[in-house]
Amino acid sequence: MEVTEILLPGVGVRYEFVTSSGARVGVVAKRDGEFDFVRYEHADPDAAETLLTLSRDEADTLAEILGAPRIVERFADLTREIPGLASATVEVRTGSTYDGKPLGETRARTLTGASIVALVRGEDVIASPSPAEVLRGGDSLVVVGTGAGIAGVRQILSR
Amino acid sequence: MDAFLIELGVILLVLGALVNVARRLGLSAIPLMLLAGLVLGEGGIHELGASATFIEAAGELGVLLLLLLLGLEFSAAEFTASMRRHAPSGLVDVALNAPPGFTVGLLLGYEWRACLALAGVTWISSSGIVARLLDDLRRTGFRETPSVLSLLVLEDIAMAVYLPLLVVVLSGGTALAAVVSVALAVGVVALVLLATRRLGHHLGRVVGHEDDEQVLLRVLGLMLIVSGLTYLVDASAAVGAFLVGLAIPRETARRARGVLTPLRDLFAALFFLSFGLQTSPQDLAPFIVVALGLALVTAATKIVTGVYAAHRDQIGRRGRVRAGTALVARGEFSIVIAELAVSAGFTDVGPLASAYVVILGVAGPLLARFADALADALPAARAGPVA
Repeated sequence: MEVTEILLPGVGVRYEFVTSSGARVGVVAKRDGEFDFVRYEHADPDAAETLLTLSRDEADTLAEILGAPRIVERFADLTREIPGLASATVEVRTGSTYDGKPLGETRARTLTGASIVALVRGEDVIASPSPAEVLRGGDSLVVVGTGAGIAGVRQILSR
Repeated sequence: MDAFLIELGVILLVLGALVNVARRLGLSAIPLMLLAGLVLGEGGIHELGASATFIEAAGELGVLLLLLLLGLEFSAAEFTASMRRHAPSGLVDVALNAPPGFTVGLLLGYEWRACLALAGVTWISSSGIVARLLDDLRRTGFRETPSVLSLLVLEDIAMAVYLPLLVVVLSGGTALAAVVSVALAVGVVALVLLATRRLGHHLGRVVGHEDDEQVLLRVLGLMLIVSGLTYLVDASAAVGAFLVGLAIPRETARRARGVLTPLRDLFAALFFLSFGLQTSPQDLAPFIVVALGLALVTAATKIVTGVYAAHRDQIGRRGRVRAGTALVARGEFSIVIAELAVSAGFTDVGPLASAYVVILGVAGPLLARFADALADALPAARAGPVA
């Protein structure tokens, strides 16, 4: 997707792009940390309607929501480029053996050779979780390895 | 003492009420403050007593703070980007908007030095009013807005050349002295920009501090010392304040803007008031017709300037007229320039500039608000060059 970046002297930066449905959308990142979301009109292509104004904190939260699933997608892209390497997400079910146990106790890597590269918990993404990270029901583990390795991790966590 | 406190208190409350009225009407408060100064003071309804000297001194501080904040706003990246893209628009801006002021001065039989001040009064748009206006009208995201903002940046930096030139000329310096002082000013600005890049972190360490109070006191102190020194060497104190603003490195500048903006608003308000106080309503009367004519002409030339700048950015018809009308407002810097002329003894510039800024400070925001209707009403041929 092509994003145009335009400097607004004294105000900040404006980003502009066209969505696949044809809507022209702009994001004004102001110097004070606020963001304006605007949509350009059809009748007057230079005029824009402000859809939303977000404070710095609100924008951070929105970025996390939009960014979390994409990290998983990016791993999928990565593994597509390397033959023999696969990735998948494996869910920790509530009440299963490892709900409430540290990640290290699963010994997933030792037993299967597959790596757990990220842990997605709600809106948060914990990249490269340490063995001490305590798993919770509902967490999704992003696993990278061979097909058999991933199947092994899935089996361990299903206990 | 009690009379002084009460008088000042009443004045601040009145100014507060004026700002409120201006906000509700979607106008700038600057013309209202000038009018308040006119109505009070010499020949007005109530002559100020105890607070008059304080307001005058506070007004001088207001000018310094206006220029300090202007310098603090500056970013080299934004300036180079504006230069690269909008240098021709900047030239059109000065070529169209300075001559009307100069010509009117000549027609009124003023000395050429006063005419030069009037040229500045009609040239410089009010970046304060325009920036506020774009925000109020929620036009920050509009596609013509970068052309408008770039023009303002170019005008602001042009002040760094124009103000020292004007000060030397007004004080009766020779043409050679004027050229030398401009060369000096340009050199100092270039040096300051270069030094900021190389040594900015040292200055940042001197004026920067994690404590806001420290930033406030150090930046203010530095500004006053440098302003005083530039005043001593016959340049304008305002230029010194501007240079200090330019030299302060980015991160400290951001914090300094935060703590100094309320202070600027207070002292600038007192500056506009004190400028109005110097003029009595009777002095103003003979200038009203001239100011109206000048306002009409320079509103039109500013609109053409904006239309041209937006046209260069491939903006459509309505957007071009929006850009043009947004630039019409004149305000704080026109008054700063007029004040320089008045204090050099060209007192007639004062009432003319007051009347002019009152007219365009009110008409500018109104024109900008109804720009779309104006664009639709204007015949196509007159809306400027067609893309």
